[in-house]
Amino acid sequence: MMNEVTVVLLGNPNTGKSALFNALSGLNQKVGHYPGVTVEKKQGRRRFRETSFTLIDLPGTYSLSPHSPDEKITVDVLLHHEPEVRPDAVLCVVDASNLARNLYVVTQVIELGLPVVMALNMTDLARKKGLTIDVSALEKQLGIPVVETQANRKIGVESLLETLCRQPAIPSPCVSFPKAFNQQTALLKAAWESETGGVPSDFLVSRVLLDTTDFLQSSSQFPSGEAFRLKLSDSREQLKSQGHPVPAVEPISRYEWIQKILPKVLTTSAKNPSQRRTRMDRFLMHRVWGSLVFLALMVLVFQAVFQFAAPAMDLIDQFFSTCGDTVTAIMGEGALTSLIVDGVIAGVGSVVIFLPQILILFFFVGWLEDCGYMARAAYLMDRIMGQVGLNGKSFIPLLSSFACAIPGIMAARVIENRRDRLVTMLVAPLMSCSARLPVYVLLTAACIPNKSILWGWLNLQGVTLVAMYVLGIVVAVGVALVLKKTVLHGETPPFVMELPSYKWPNLLLVFRGMARQGWEFVRQAGTLIFAVTILIWAAGYFPRDPELPRKIRAQYPRLSEIRQQIEKLGQNVGSTAGHGTDGLATIKDLKGEEQKLESEMDAAISGSYLRSSVLGRMGQIIEPVVRPLGWDWKIGIAVIASFPAREVVVGTMGVIYNLSGDEDEESRTLREHLQGATWDDEPERPVFTVPVALSIMVFFALCAQCVSTLAVMKRETLTWRWPVFTFVYMTTLAYIGAWLTYRSGIWFMDG
Amino acid sequence: MNLREGQTATIDRVTGEDATAIRLMEMGFVSGVEVRYVGCAPLGDPLEFEILGFRISLRRRELQRILFREG
Repeated sequence: MMNEVTVVLLGNPNTGKSALFNALSGLNQKVGHYPGVTVEKKQGRRRFRETSFTLIDLPGTYSLSPHSPDEKITVDVLLHHEPEVRPDAVLCVVDASNLARNLYVVTQVIELGLPVVMALNMTDLARKKGLTIDVSALEKQLGIPVVETQANRKIGVESLLETLCRQPAIPSPCVSFPKAFNQQTALLKAAWESETGGVPSDFLVSRVLLDTTDFLQSSSQFPSGEAFRLKLSDSREQLKSQGHPVPAVEPISRYEWIQKILPKVLTTSAKNPSQRRTRMDRFLMHRVWGSLVFLALMVLVFQAVFQFAAPAMDLIDQFFSTCGDTVTAIMGEGALTSLIVDGVIAGVGSVVIFLPQILILFFFVGWLEDCGYMARAAYLMDRIMGQVGLNGKSFIPLLSSFACAIPGIMAARVIENRRDRLVTMLVAPLMSCSARLPVYVLLTAACIPNKSILWGWLNLQGVTLVAMYVLGIVVAVGVALVLKKTVLHGETPPFVMELPSYKWPNLLLVFRGMARQGWEFVRQAGTLIFAVTILIWAAGYFPRDPELPRKIRAQYPRLSEIRQQIEKLGQNVGSTAGHGTDGLATIKDLKGEEQKLESEMDAAISGSYLRSSVLGRMGQIIEPVVRPLGWDWKIGIAVIASFPAREVVVGTMGVIYNLSGDEDEESRTLREHLQGATWDDEPERPVFTVPVALSIMVFFALCAQCVSTLAVMKRETLTWRWPVFTFVYMTTLAYIGAWLTYRSGIWFMDG
Repeated sequence: MNLREGQTATIDRVTGEDATAIRLMEMGFVSGVEVRYVGCAPLGDPLEFEILGFRISLRRRELQRILFREG
């Protein structure tokens, strides 16, 4: 008969809790979410002798007084308020090199009324620091079994499981609170019982008494009657007048006890233990050297996401276009082929293409986090980000958004404060991502004069490019400030942050985290991106006139002439050997012309299909809307078509301007076509003037043309409200920005 | 605060009852505990302290919540 036991892992951040969870459950893990929140629920299984363990890794927490969603989940699970998880025992993971602060939450957990086992982790680090811990003395003081572990080397895992199998007894509280506090708890408990009829645990009552921020009371399981409220504030008043003010009484009592027992369980050797760390820290936190190291690291991360990902992305791109070509070759042209090639394959490709950037960024984030540098990066950047109303932890998400907003928004998870996290996610898409670069390059090269300014110091095209990046940053700063003053108004969250000791990162953990992020993106955001891609494909494909290719072919009589000539010449070359070389050269020339004409005709066909499609008609309908920006309807369609993913705009413009669909930003012809494009009603007037090009670029810089970003935002915020908000505010800003640019451009050119 | 780098001071108490105050106290900023000022970030804020054997960063405005004992 198997025993089923659910064990939750709990402990401070940076205690090696995740490493221990991995060591305990091996590959037997799954990651989900708690209902209604983005807090990750990591669950593992382990069989040991006659017991089948379900292991739950709770978010790291310093205390059981909840201030954040993470901590709220931890408390809810422990109080059996979370319906899906019913813990039978708690495994407290403690950093042996940092005993005093780690014991704080342990003394709280002991009062829950659940069996508790303590894993004294990182004992090697403690020894290096010159700390010796008397385990049996610690067991006696706390009244719970204590097992020494080194999770990163899987040391102590067996004896931990053995201890858990023995089903330890429920411990009794070790910290004694002032008598007055116990009296008030008893009175409040009586008030609770008379209101609800149920009997709450002492621990729960004391938590409500101590919770001055009313975080707990806001959830429904607590009495809300007037009598109870009055008793609660009366109890707090009484305690204050008796010299035991709430909430200070709790930390004072607990730390008093910890300070009392610490000398009995811990001995520090005389030699200065933290020499090495201090020297490294002094370097890494130095005003000059520290900032330089930080800068170098950030350049590395940015380069990696921006450039190292490029070859992999090209390969993925190639792979999917080869797939598409193969399918077209096998199935021939038609609606079904187009659905599979332009809808399904292109749709899957547009999801998978982001994977290299996501994986690379999360490799670095995981690495920096695990070795303890992340907190220091936040520390170094806090002042600058504080000017914008954010905090230091927003820096890395925003920096990586220059490569791609998707991993950036995902990386914003490290920001605990909900408002700061939201603001970071909402402005991240304003950073000019790598998908905007092709648009900038194409339009700059086509329309901005290539000349030096400032006595040859700068190039006008280069300045334009930089200006687009700066524009995104400036607008993001403005938006962040406005958001912090309006919709996301609130008290500045504290920046009380532990700066953990440096350690070698656990590569397995880093890779696991990386793989998890990648998979989650593909699974959740992927489905939506996929659906939208198919929708846009349909709008660009239907309705389709089957007669159209014939009509267009009729406009190319030269093509059939050439084909006939080639055939004739081919027969001649075959029969009369003497004129062979001449004939071959002529065939070669003719074939070249044939190919050129063919691609021109194909482009004309796809161009007029697009024009007559739902998407094309929309472009013509919205022309009055885009006219004030200086755009014609063709630019209008290109912009509409690029709302799902802005990177398609170059290809779309190619199709619209009757070129083949495979234009890239370097292509000469597309650039020349743009330069030669004129208005339909005024054939003498060119479309792409400097003000128009700038207005398009500004539009792209500010607009939320990326379904993937919005889908990821929905996933991270669990509501459509924020992605919709982002879409609306960015599109509005983009329109206004483009209009202002065009108008002032015209004014400047005329004046 | 007029601590110099490397100097220590003893905490008297933390003012207020809000989340910041609670977090500070939970991290060990309670009466009688010693803190050492390690240094500040390149732009003068936030600050780094050592308390109960670990490092912690605080902004200047959070530091104002902490009262130290005289002497």
